[in-house]
Amino acid sequence: METYTLTVNGEQKRVTVDPGSPLLWVLREDLKLTGTKYGCGIAACGACTVHVGGVATRACVLPVSLVGDRPIVTIEAVANDAVGRVVQDAWVSEDVVQCGYCQSGQIMTAVALLKSTRRPTDADIEQSMGGNLCRCGTYVRIRAAIKTASRHLAGGVR
Amino acid sequence: MTSAAQVPAGSLLGRRGFIKTSALAAGGLMVSLYLDPPAAAQDGAVPPPRIYPPDAFVQIRADGKIVITVNRLEVGQGAETALPMILADELDADWSQVIAELAPAGELYKDPVIGVQMIGGSCSISNSFQQYRELGARTRSMLIAAAADRWSVPADQCRAEQSVVYGPGNRSARYAELAEGAVRRPVPAVVQLKSAAQFRLIGKPVRRLDSRAKCDGSQTFGLDLDLPGMLIALLARPPVFGGRVRTFDDRDARTVAGVRDVFEVPLVSGSAIAVVADRFWAAKQARDRLKIDWDVSGVEHPDSVQLFARYKELARTTGNVAVSFGDPQAIDRIPASNRIQTDYAFPYLAHAAMEPLNLTVRNDGDRAEAWVPSQIPTWEQAALAEVLGIGPERVTYHVLFAGGSFGRRGTVDSHFVREAAAIAKRVPGRPVKLIYTREDDMTSGYFRPMFVHRVEVGIGPSGTPLAWKHVIVGQSFVLGTGVIQEALLVKNGVDQLATEGIDDSPYALPNIHLSVHHPKVNVPTLSHRSVGYGHNSFVRETLIDELAARAKADPIAYRLRLLKPEAKRFRSSLTLLDQKSAWRHRLPRNHASGIACSAYHDTCVSCAVEVSIVDRRPRIHRATVAVDCGLAVNPLSIEHQMQGGLVFGLTQLMTNGAMTLKDGRVQQRNFDGYTPPYMKDAPEAVDVHIVPSDEPPTGCGEAPVPVIAPAVANALFRLTGTRYRTLPLPPIERGTRS
Repeated sequence: METYTLTVNGEQKRVTVDPGSPLLWVLREDLKLTGTKYGCGIAACGACTVHVGGVATRACVLPVSLVGDRPIVTIEAVANDAVGRVVQDAWVSEDVVQCGYCQSGQIMTAVALLKSTRRPTDADIEQSMGGNLCRCGTYVRIRAAIKTASRHLAGGVR
Repeated sequence: MTSAAQVPAGSLLGRRGFIKTSALAAGGLMVSLYLDPPAAAQDGAVPPPRIYPPDAFVQIRADGKIVITVNRLEVGQGAETALPMILADELDADWSQVIAELAPAGELYKDPVIGVQMIGGSCSISNSFQQYRELGARTRSMLIAAAADRWSVPADQCRAEQSVVYGPGNRSARYAELAEGAVRRPVPAVVQLKSAAQFRLIGKPVRRLDSRAKCDGSQTFGLDLDLPGMLIALLARPPVFGGRVRTFDDRDARTVAGVRDVFEVPLVSGSAIAVVADRFWAAKQARDRLKIDWDVSGVEHPDSVQLFARYKELARTTGNVAVSFGDPQAIDRIPASNRIQTDYAFPYLAHAAMEPLNLTVRNDGDRAEAWVPSQIPTWEQAALAEVLGIGPERVTYHVLFAGGSFGRRGTVDSHFVREAAAIAKRVPGRPVKLIYTREDDMTSGYFRPMFVHRVEVGIGPSGTPLAWKHVIVGQSFVLGTGVIQEALLVKNGVDQLATEGIDDSPYALPNIHLSVHHPKVNVPTLSHRSVGYGHNSFVRETLIDELAARAKADPIAYRLRLLKPEAKRFRSSLTLLDQKSAWRHRLPRNHASGIACSAYHDTCVSCAVEVSIVDRRPRIHRATVAVDCGLAVNPLSIEHQMQGGLVFGLTQLMTNGAMTLKDGRVQQRNFDGYTPPYMKDAPEAVDVHIVPSDEPPTGCGEAPVPVIAPAVANALFRLTGTRYRTLPLPPIERGTRS
């Protein structure tokens, strides 16, 4: 067991865990941030996506020992940021979710996309969202929500 | 906080006019209504329709919030929004103040038609529509009666709107003020329901109640439950179904920090080793270090390749007869040039819901408490109690949101609940959460069965079928189980869940002979969203398309001509599809359209897709769907189900859309081996059209699933000249027609 200081959602958190523990389980079990989901454990579904140092990252395969001092943002705090808030609101207004289990990861991936590309094309959306699995099949609404969010961001709405 | 929904079933009955109040954390006052159902009529052979006590379903809080209890698990299907809509409409509630809550296991929350608390068969809305309307209307009637009492005016001079009762002389009172008076009123036996013209919510597109919580991480799914002192358990399962532990060495596993215990537990078939730890990662590390000597002798080691060969042989022989209409020999008199004879093959499919199986159980000796994303609470509560050796009434059973299910959580044997109970038995006094890793979930079986079909169709001079001879081979998961449904579903050794879609064909098929073989295989199987229609509609709709193509007929016009007169909803949905898919007559070069339709019970869905071939895979540029599901309670939710159901139905077309076995071992362990549709595999756009109807609503969760695979296969035929009859799809070769 080792002790690490993580910067999670703007706060310093100390955890004493196995160095090999994936960040996902440290977030979920030690820090009680259960909005980030376990889906596959092999970076194949995207349900565990968080931002590490501003990059959309699969938390299920990132050992906590490799996080270092990069700040972590999870779904619980993504709305503290203007882009995150616009994306979340778009998800609600487009009524995207069904079971909802994958949507934290979808939203985190979409926020990262829109931060780098304000007006993503369909091809951009497909490429960025391409590794996020949704078994309910909400993909057409995810596309729509990203475009809605993009319009709001481009129009300077909030 | 106390609420009606958290009181164990039974205690709601036998108490008269009891008002329970408790201070809320927020400082408000909650009024819970506890009422008896009126005494049932004692005379007469036919039991009167059940009158559900509103208090078990509706709470009106002092702050104006209206909490509506939903008697169904929410898995994404939207019942947690639609059922409150139905109740709130008849209640004339202010929708912005409505909160939904999932019911625990309880007598009052059983499906009013089936008598079991469950989801399955797309029954949530169809079976609870009347129930929730009456609940809303009764509650409204009691609130109006309370207002009339207060103002000493006749009730018929009062009316309700947006959680307020209005009376003569500008009087008004909010529901929250009236709740305590309403609770003293008798529950009316007869209530006036609204006419369709009076609906304010039913029939309108209403956004989901759970949307915000599912977008900000605050929704608690089964896997997210966190309780004080909770432990995590993983199971090391036998490599072959039914295998058992011969010996095991856990010395290395026990050296992992945080491991509490390691022990053997029985499975429904065979046994496993349980690892109990403080944290998931510790449990997983320890499990990886177990050395287990498995005894897999004496259990069949199934092999998919051999099974398909065996099934194909079986399909050449007549099985138990499901349907025999007309002359079974008619096919033999049709010249070979006018006959299609062909085989179809469908693999095992995993449900692979995004949230793997899990549940939490605390065993307190003579009592227990469980938190379960649970499809069949009635059975699962009973199974849990049985393993713990206590009565089901001693198990407080909470139903938690599930991250999808598609049938997987609704097993006949409640195996995962029994496993958790067996673990909790050894770890009393602390909540234990059993987690399936993705690998556990995917290799645990309970798959959609493999099927092989052999079909011979004889074609008449007008291009329509004259004779249809059909053999289906595949496991039944009902036959021989002794569950109550067996008597309903199995006739003459034929499980109707394997024949639905053919035995109820909407097309006039003279001289049809359908028979079935149900081989026994050591692979547990289960309902999979859309059940028999998933493979049967594929066979039927690709063959009908083939007949239409041979007759050089438009595929929609051909189907409409062939429909039986009673197939009204097929006719309405195909007619609407025809109007809405005019795009299919002017497609870009190298694009083609495909058509298919399917029922799921009483709901009919028709679909047109536009397809091209990209990277040797079908690229679906758009899909147009027309659905007839009776009254559309929440058109927005129906749109969701159609859009999502199509994607789910594409799983069996995916390159890695098959579960296979070799030497008894399941070969796909995660999404790298069994790969459901991602965004690029799904239709780029889906437009959904609903046939206007005032017939009672029928379910929409499963009906869209079967249509897309045959629609795409039919489009691929137009592009390549090849009929794809073995799923999953191989890489698509461009044929002469592209």
